[in-house]
Amino acid sequence: MNFTLTKEQEFVRQMVREFAINEVEPLAADIDVTERFPRETVDKMARYHMLGIPIATKYGGAGGDNLSYAIAVEELSKKCATTGVILSAHTSLCAGPIDMFGTEEQKMKYLVPLAKGEKLGAFGLTEPNAGTDASEQQTTAILEGDNYILNGSKIFITNGGEADTYVVAAMTDKSKGTRGISCFIIEKDFEGFSIGKHEDKLGIRASSTTELVFTNCMVPKENLLGKEGKGFGIAMKTLDGGRIGIAAQALGIAEGALEESTKYMKERKQFGKPLSAFQGLQWMVAELDVKVECAKLLVYKAAFNKDNGLSYSVEAARAKLFASETAMEVTTKAVQIFGGYGYTKEYPIERMMRDAKITEIYEGTSQVQKMVIAANLLK
Amino acid sequence: MNIVVCLKQVPDTNEVKIDQKTGTLIREGVPSIINPDDKNALEEALRLKDSNGAHVTIVSMGPPQAQIALREALAMGADEAILVSDRAFAGSDTLATSNTLAATIRQLDYDVIFAGRQAIDGDTAQVGPEIAELLGLPQITYVEKVEVINSGLKVRKAWEDGYEDIEVKTPVLLTAIKELNEPRYMNIKNIFGMYQEKEIKTWNADDIEADKTVLGLNGSPTKVKKSMTKEPKGQGELIQLPPKEAAQFVISKLKENHFI
Repeated sequence: MNFTLTKEQEFVRQMVREFAINEVEPLAADIDVTERFPRETVDKMARYHMLGIPIATKYGGAGGDNLSYAIAVEELSKKCATTGVILSAHTSLCAGPIDMFGTEEQKMKYLVPLAKGEKLGAFGLTEPNAGTDASEQQTTAILEGDNYILNGSKIFITNGGEADTYVVAAMTDKSKGTRGISCFIIEKDFEGFSIGKHEDKLGIRASSTTELVFTNCMVPKENLLGKEGKGFGIAMKTLDGGRIGIAAQALGIAEGALEESTKYMKERKQFGKPLSAFQGLQWMVAELDVKVECAKLLVYKAAFNKDNGLSYSVEAARAKLFASETAMEVTTKAVQIFGGYGYTKEYPIERMMRDAKITEIYEGTSQVQKMVIAANLLK
Repeated sequence: MNIVVCLKQVPDTNEVKIDQKTGTLIREGVPSIINPDDKNALEEALRLKDSNGAHVTIVSMGPPQAQIALREALAMGADEAILVSDRAFAGSDTLATSNTLAATIRQLDYDVIFAGRQAIDGDTAQVGPEIAELLGLPQITYVEKVEVINSGLKVRKAWEDGYEDIEVKTPVLLTAIKELNEPRYMNIKNIFGMYQEKEIKTWNADDIEADKTVLGLNGSPTKVKKSMTKEPKGQGELIQLPPKEAAQFVISKLKENHFI
């Protein structure tokens, strides 16, 4: 057993850390207030091949591994969770399923520009009446000649208003339940496809979270991803990978908040001594540190398993459950350590706390992760 | 165009602490980085490569662990890296270092040699100019702009209160300052590709065919006699007065201490 990162992984961490400090952190507070999507950051990420880390070079990627990708999301999220999730949704939820299930033609047409960062990706599964129960898909896809005709809508889609390429689930045969769900690759300019409502959110406010609307949207049948009726499995497998990204995002938020807290404790003085001299607070950050380290081990193990062809569904669920709850706990206590200042926008801590909450909800709530874990325990 | 970039791995002096007893740097646990001015030198070489096409070779003298700095340079986009490493180089001052690097560069094809203005751990700014002298090349130091023109390069040299535009024929040696450019990050694709595609060449004293008497401690006419830290300034005095009275107060203090 070896807990050392490879030289490549260390370099990725160094590179993304420098990038996050110079390019991401300076925008974080502002885009949280204005909800402006940081397009310039995405362009810079593309230039450095950050948008295709675990994708093979023959498909335009960096030829790296999933652990390096997780480290990239982690480092970005230390400074700005919005930027972290832009990368995560793009890589895990759009490039990921095309890489895993796409035909050679689909990979050349869609994966290459995604991995190069020329196009941004998103994924549409959730609907108003199909949240945790994703099998209740209402969006339909009817084959007519050479095209599927899609009708319905998706909600809460990360990168929704900014993406070029979407992987979307729809019912091709309602009578078959989950076996009637199929996945499609949609281009933003397809006729009958439009972006609906933009959500006004508690956190990750600059990430574009929107509704996707399909009104007799014509999708060429060669854009069916995987086989017809296999879409539910594709979506679940996609989310297994996505959870590693979100767990890494949560880990990054927790680490970022803990770093800010210990720095503040050394600077801030009360009763004539720095906060770091008070044992009550020392114990608080010590406990948080242990949880952050546990979260890190779980996240890295899930990514390691994925890289090594081992099962990672339960590992990803454990990682996401623990890392997201750790992010919530660390950020909440960090606000406490900062006191009144932590509650204001003068410091990044209140933003981190708002950003942390979503990691317990999207790509499967904490309760869904427990379902996955329990189902494995009790099978 | 063949470009050679001289690069040094240095301790990150932002992180360095001084041993109060001995007055020397505590290097343990201090991260090593590419010397900042050298990174500007490398960036300019890479920009010339991007715009005009060039082969960029990194040359560094240092211990084996300096490989990591060369790897970073490769990940930024350099084509080739040579680490010149030998116990014979230990104790080199700037002249011995320049002799080593000049001998190394003699083995290579070059049109332009870039070096950083100075290293943050020594601050001498001598190695670049000395290499140019040893190789018999023109040199322009404190470079803040480089343009390729028909006859060679047009280079802007910074002065404290202005600048000078100089046209120069290649081969030439230039030393970079931070105003020259904003260095790029490592490219993630290069990070993964370089370990498969690129090796760092390690050359020793024999490989560079240098006169051994001009290398290392023996080839170093200067020796460090003593290092010390500056006496810390005492606690300042904070005054809170309206501007006019504050100015009068400062003047009275300056007079009291016979500064004016």
